[in-house]
Amino acid sequence: MRTSKSLIWLFLLPSAVVLGLVVVYPFIYNLYISTTNMGLYTIRDYSVKGLSNYRDIFLEKDLWYYFGKTIVWTFVNLFFHMVLGISIAMLLNRQIKGRGVFRALLILPWAMPQYISALTWKGMFNYQYGSINLILTKVFHMPAIEWFSNETWAFIAPMLTNIWLGFPFIMVVTLGGLQSIPKDLYEAADIDGASPIRKFFDVTLPMLKPVLTPAIILGTIWTFNNINVIWLVTDRGLPADKTHILVTYVYKAAFTYYRYGYAAAFSVFIFLLLFVFVIFYIRKTKALGEVR
Amino acid sequence: MVKKHSRAKKTIETVLVYILLVVITLITIYPIVQIFGISLRPANELYSTSLRIIPENASFKAYREVLFEKDFFTWLRNSVIVALAVSIFGVTLASNAGYAFSRLRFRGRKTGMISILVTQMFPATMLLLPLYILMSKFHLVDTLFGIIIAYTATALPFCIWTMKGYYDTIPVDLEEAAMIDGTTRFGAFVKVTLPLSAPALVITALFSFMAGWSEFIVARVIINRQGLYTLPLGLESLSSTFQTEWANYAAGSVIVCIPVVVLFLLLSRFLISGLTLGGVKG
Repeated sequence: MRTSKSLIWLFLLPSAVVLGLVVVYPFIYNLYISTTNMGLYTIRDYSVKGLSNYRDIFLEKDLWYYFGKTIVWTFVNLFFHMVLGISIAMLLNRQIKGRGVFRALLILPWAMPQYISALTWKGMFNYQYGSINLILTKVFHMPAIEWFSNETWAFIAPMLTNIWLGFPFIMVVTLGGLQSIPKDLYEAADIDGASPIRKFFDVTLPMLKPVLTPAIILGTIWTFNNINVIWLVTDRGLPADKTHILVTYVYKAAFTYYRYGYAAAFSVFIFLLLFVFVIFYIRKTKALGEVR
Repeated sequence: MVKKHSRAKKTIETVLVYILLVVITLITIYPIVQIFGISLRPANELYSTSLRIIPENASFKAYREVLFEKDFFTWLRNSVIVALAVSIFGVTLASNAGYAFSRLRFRGRKTGMISILVTQMFPATMLLLPLYILMSKFHLVDTLFGIIIAYTATALPFCIWTMKGYYDTIPVDLEEAAMIDGTTRFGAFVKVTLPLSAPALVITALFSFMAGWSEFIVARVIINRQGLYTLPLGLESLSSTFQTEWANYAAGSVIVCIPVVVLFLLLSRFLISGLTLGGVKG
């Protein structure tokens, strides 16, 4: 169908204006800030000093440590979101009584405001009064875990929180995908005598790919850039700033140490990392091939 | 014989599925039940090592305090205004933009879709400070309108993708038929495609609402005046003042969660049918 230019603008302009103002303009402005020495005391009389903020990123001694943590964080979270989300969706996709109730209850972590969930989990990880340690010691007679004095546990705590937060999204997307798989594909597989495991890998998973790939891309972006969970659960990076991913580190640089110029440059660096990563993934999986 | 055997097998399977589902569900809702339990604790049992969900001497005192001794209704009013405004803007803008990306052919369409995805990749820290400076230039700092615009922009990318994906599943022929009958393009969109997209519209409204209802970081930067606090800001002020407010904080959280939880429960059917991400034919 032929469409006039003015019609296209009518549909797109309002969104373009809002996104332009709130996202694109700040993005460009941020590029400018990243070349200045803007900070708490120089918020009005800052000066342009070139690319030295970008050089400082690479002088940060923990840069690659945080980078590594970010990769582990993103990968582990996504892995469990997928495994749990898909398996629970498969359980819920059976003709069983009360599945509506299970489905509704299992979506709840997604419905809760993230900061409330994060603070609740933080309470549950408390050494003395937190219910996780209480369950470990009282029910399973195991030693309590000092969640926030040990680097590894302090990283596992927000991960558990985030896995809990994120699996319902994948579950819902998978449920939608499962419903659109034609039944005759399974019948055909039955005739061929395929085992349930083969049916899953040869029929279900390939048919889910079109819905799961965009969900994985969005999930990767959201997880990579998630400040809330680590910031709130580990109380700003306990122990001693050891539990940071790149975004929480830069959040601290910006809003605890007021190093605006440096934080701006660091944000650009994080964005570029994620951008390259996602574009590479899209190319490799041809994920957006379906964007017609 | 074979049939009987397979029926027994089926029963065992069903029982196993139920057991698994019950265990998973219990673990999943435990943290939520936990907040509820804390909100009922009387002051002298805030720090308790008991695993009971409903504490001894449970009381609704915290609820009374939060509702009537704090500025709760001011926060609630602000949050309702913000969340409703964001839903209205979100649905209106995304249903239009999504339509253009799904139905109209123009140069830069694909680039536009990808750019929308790219905006999701900006770390929040990158936009907060410039956003604050921009808002202060437009005198939008300490206004609800300021955060409404910011939240709309946060919710839009996901909403546009959802709408676009859903429109893609609706046959174009229906609109063409209406246009042959003399309706304009826009008329065909409003009268034919839009009503058929109800599930996606519901999802878009829900996400926009949540974006406005639950957001904290942007509100923290843009809103300083106590009278304009939204629920997240109000709750944070409870959690950070005195330790004794822990039960109040939990009670506040429960009250804040109820509307979104109810919305999710009512709409969970639409969640599954309406969430056609990307350009996937359903």
